[in-house]
This record gives sequence, C-alpha cells and structure tokens, in this order.
Amino acid sequence: MTFLEKLMQVDRRWIYLAIGVAVIIPAIKSFNVPVSPSPEVKKVYDFVENIKPGEYLFVAMDYDPTSLAELNPMAEAILKHAFIRNEKVVIVTLAQFGPGMVEAITSRLATEFNKVRGVDYAFLGYRPYPAITILAMGVDFRSPFPVDYYGTPLDSLPVMRGIKNFYNVKGVIDLTSGNTADMWLTDGNGRYGFPLAIGITGVMAANYYQYLQSGQLFGIIPGIKGAAEYESLIKRPGEGMTQAAYQVVAHTVIILFIILSNVAYFATRKGRAKSGGAR
Amino acid sequence: MTTSQLLLNGIAVFLTFCIFSFLYKDNPFYKFAERLVAGVATGYWTVLLFHTNFRDKVWDTIVINHQFIYIIPALLGIAMWTRFSKNYSWISRYSIAFYIGISSGAGIPLIFYAGIFKQLQGTISTPLSFSWAGLNAFLIIVAVLAALVYFFFSAAHKGTMGTVSRIGIYVVMIGFGAGFGLTVMGRVALLVQRIIFLKGYAIALFGG
Repeated sequence: MTFLEKLMQVDRRWIYLAIGVAVIIPAIKSFNVPVSPSPEVKKVYDFVENIKPGEYLFVAMDYDPTSLAELNPMAEAILKHAFIRNEKVVIVTLAQFGPGMVEAITSRLATEFNKVRGVDYAFLGYRPYPAITILAMGVDFRSPFPVDYYGTPLDSLPVMRGIKNFYNVKGVIDLTSGNTADMWLTDGNGRYGFPLAIGITGVMAANYYQYLQSGQLFGIIPGIKGAAEYESLIKRPGEGMTQAAYQVVAHTVIILFIILSNVAYFATRKGRAKSGGAR
Repeated sequence: MTTSQLLLNGIAVFLTFCIFSFLYKDNPFYKFAERLVAGVATGYWTVLLFHTNFRDKVWDTIVINHQFIYIIPALLGIAMWTRFSKNYSWISRYSIAFYIGISSGAGIPLIFYAGIFKQLQGTISTPLSFSWAGLNAFLIIVAVLAALVYFFFSAAHKGTMGTVSRIGIYVVMIGFGAGFGLTVMGRVALLVQRIIFLKGYAIALFGG
C-alpha cells in the first residue's frame, strides 16, 4: 500500500487531532489578522451609525447558547455601537434558551457603558411562537410583552413611553441561528415593511444573500467573519477579531487536507483504473 | 475570577472535555454530558413556558385581571390535551382546525409576498447594462433560469435543455460550495470559542 493509498484510508480522528492542535497555536502565540469590512456588513454599520441619539433600534437576539460562539460577538458589537451613540435599544429574544444569556450580555454591556435598564434600553424577554409574537409586536409591543423580562409593566418604563410598535423604531436587527430569520422576513418586513438586517450563523449565510438583492434586507452580518468586520468598523476589537487568527490557522489546515485528499484520490483512482478496479 | 466562578467554570471545563471526548469514540462521559444538556434544557424550557405563557397569558389575565375572553383560547389549549384519550381525542380537532386556519390565513399571503413575489422582483430589478451591475444582473437571471431548468423534470435533459440544465447544476454546486465554506467557518468558530474559554480558565487557574 502506497503512502497516498494509506492517506485515503486515514482515520478521521487524526484530522480532528490536527485541527485541534492547529487552533491551539494562536492560543499560545497570538497574532492579528487584517479584517476588511464587506459591503453587506458596512450597510448594517451605516444604518446604526445614522440613527440619531434618542431614536430607537430594535434588536432581536433569537439564538441560544449553542450558537453564542458566532452570534455573541456580533450582538456585543451592535449593542456597543448603539450604546456609544446614545441610541435607545429595545431587545427581545424569540429563542427558548436565549433569555438568561441575553440578560447576562445586556446587563454587562449596560454597566460597561453606564446605561440604565428601563431608561436607556429595555429587555422585553421571551415569548414562544415567533411568527405570532412578531405579528403581535407590529400592533403593539405590549400585546405579547405586557411586562418586561424583569416583570415591570412596559408603561412603567421611561424608555418604552411614546413607542408602540415597529413604526416607532428606525429598524430591526435580528441575530439568529434558526428559522426566525424567515419569520422576521415574512411576518415582520413582509407585513410591516420596516428596515430589516440579520446577523446569522455561517451555516445559514448562503441561504439569505438573495434577500439583499430583493431589498428585503438592508444588510447581513454573516457568521464570525461578519462579527469581526463589525468590530473593526466600530474600532472595538472583541472576540470576533480574536477568533479571526484561529480561523486562519484552522482554515489553512483544512485547505491543506482538502488538497492532499484530492491529490490522493485522483492518484489512487488512476491506479485503480489501471488495475481494472472500480472507478 | 472568584472561587465560585472558578468552581462553576471548572464544571464547564469538565463538561467541555466530556463532549470533546466523543471525537475519539462514544463513551460514558460523553453520554453523561449529553443527557445533562437534554435534561437541563427540558427543565429550563418547561419553567420558562410556565412563566411566559401560562402565568402571563392564562392565570394573570383570567384570574387576576378578569379578562374572561381569554377563557376561549385557554379552553382551546386544554382541548389539545384530549389527544391522549381515545374517546375524546376528536375534541382536539377544533383546536387544531382553529390553529391551522389562523396560521394559513395569516401566513399564506405573507409567504407569497415575501418568498415569491419579492424574490421574483429582486431577480429582475436591476436593469441590464454594460456595467458590472448589469453583468451581475444578467448572471443572476441566467443562474436562476438554469437552476430552475435543472429541477424541471417534465422534459428530457437533452440538447438545449441538457446544456441549460448542465449550467444549472454548476449554479447549484456553486451555491453548495458557498454554503460548505461558511459551514466550515461556523463549525470552527464553535471549536475556537471553546479553546478561548479553556485558555481563559487555564490563565485564571495557573496565571499567565
């Protein structure tokens, strides 16, 4: 058996080990990777940047801890951006395992930027059945959320006075790891026509670019790459930019494996053909 | 990090290694962590649903605020539970019919609008011209039509149909390739996030 033939039968655990070792390298010796913002991320940044202080941004953090690796960095970057610009932020989560995680992030960032809960921002909490919740919020936020996450009636919150539904916010950014993106597109943007952008996991990204073309989305933040780009735009490096170095090393190893396995595949296929084996 | 944080994060480190151990082979540590996640998630969601659905929408509205109109949806909800009875399961059909009727009425026009009409409009919205935008618009139209032809099985894929269908499969493959690349990035992000967490814990524990 030649080396290439052995390579074709390599135990996949060696590949796991190689990737595992590779991503430890940046952990030991960190380095920076240049990040250049893409147009779809820049549009989200520009949108938040153009909201005037005191105006409202609606952020839906529809993901749970299984996706926090990709979506927490972009959620933090957007909230930091909005808080720096003194925008009012209304936050909800339509993911069942999201509330505790979202509360932790919003509270930490509010403390960091001296923002007061109920005055500068509101976390309305969680409601099941995303499509129905979105449709109901389009009528009145108070319908699905009579009280916020902490049990305070929405009318008692200074930040919620004077705003009723999506027509009173400048736009919506949905950070999601599931099909709530479709519901925001259909039942949110489709029904009420508000400007909508999404921040999504890498797995989902390729399925949503067509909505940019049709104008249903004004921007997309795709996966950890998008998060790193947004962090570079607000000039506040976070976990997105930290992950960029790890991503480069891991991708280099994966690409090497792909090249190596293709070389091995075609070389051994030729050999198999000569010996009359299956092609 | 405080002692309690070290302890809690230590549990997280242990569970992280339990999950990673599956990469070698299935084992009791992995099974323990897997079942723990499933159990905690189920308990968390049950309590959450009680507080965000039953208490707010049923108990508080009917018993405390005396909004008795909510008795109707509450009864429809209770009727769903008759599925467990052979004799009374027919009652649940009223709830299901109501639910499907509302969902269809609210959903179908919006899905047609957002998923078909707006997407069709987006495909032909940019005018064809001798510019990069025009070329892009042309490619989109060709790619959409070719991909549709590939999935059109009412005519044999021969001749012109076969050529266009062949272009269609390339379009689909490019889409899959983009999806695969982004998926790899997402999966690596999950691993990297854990590595960064483990690094932070090691520094907190041993200094660095």
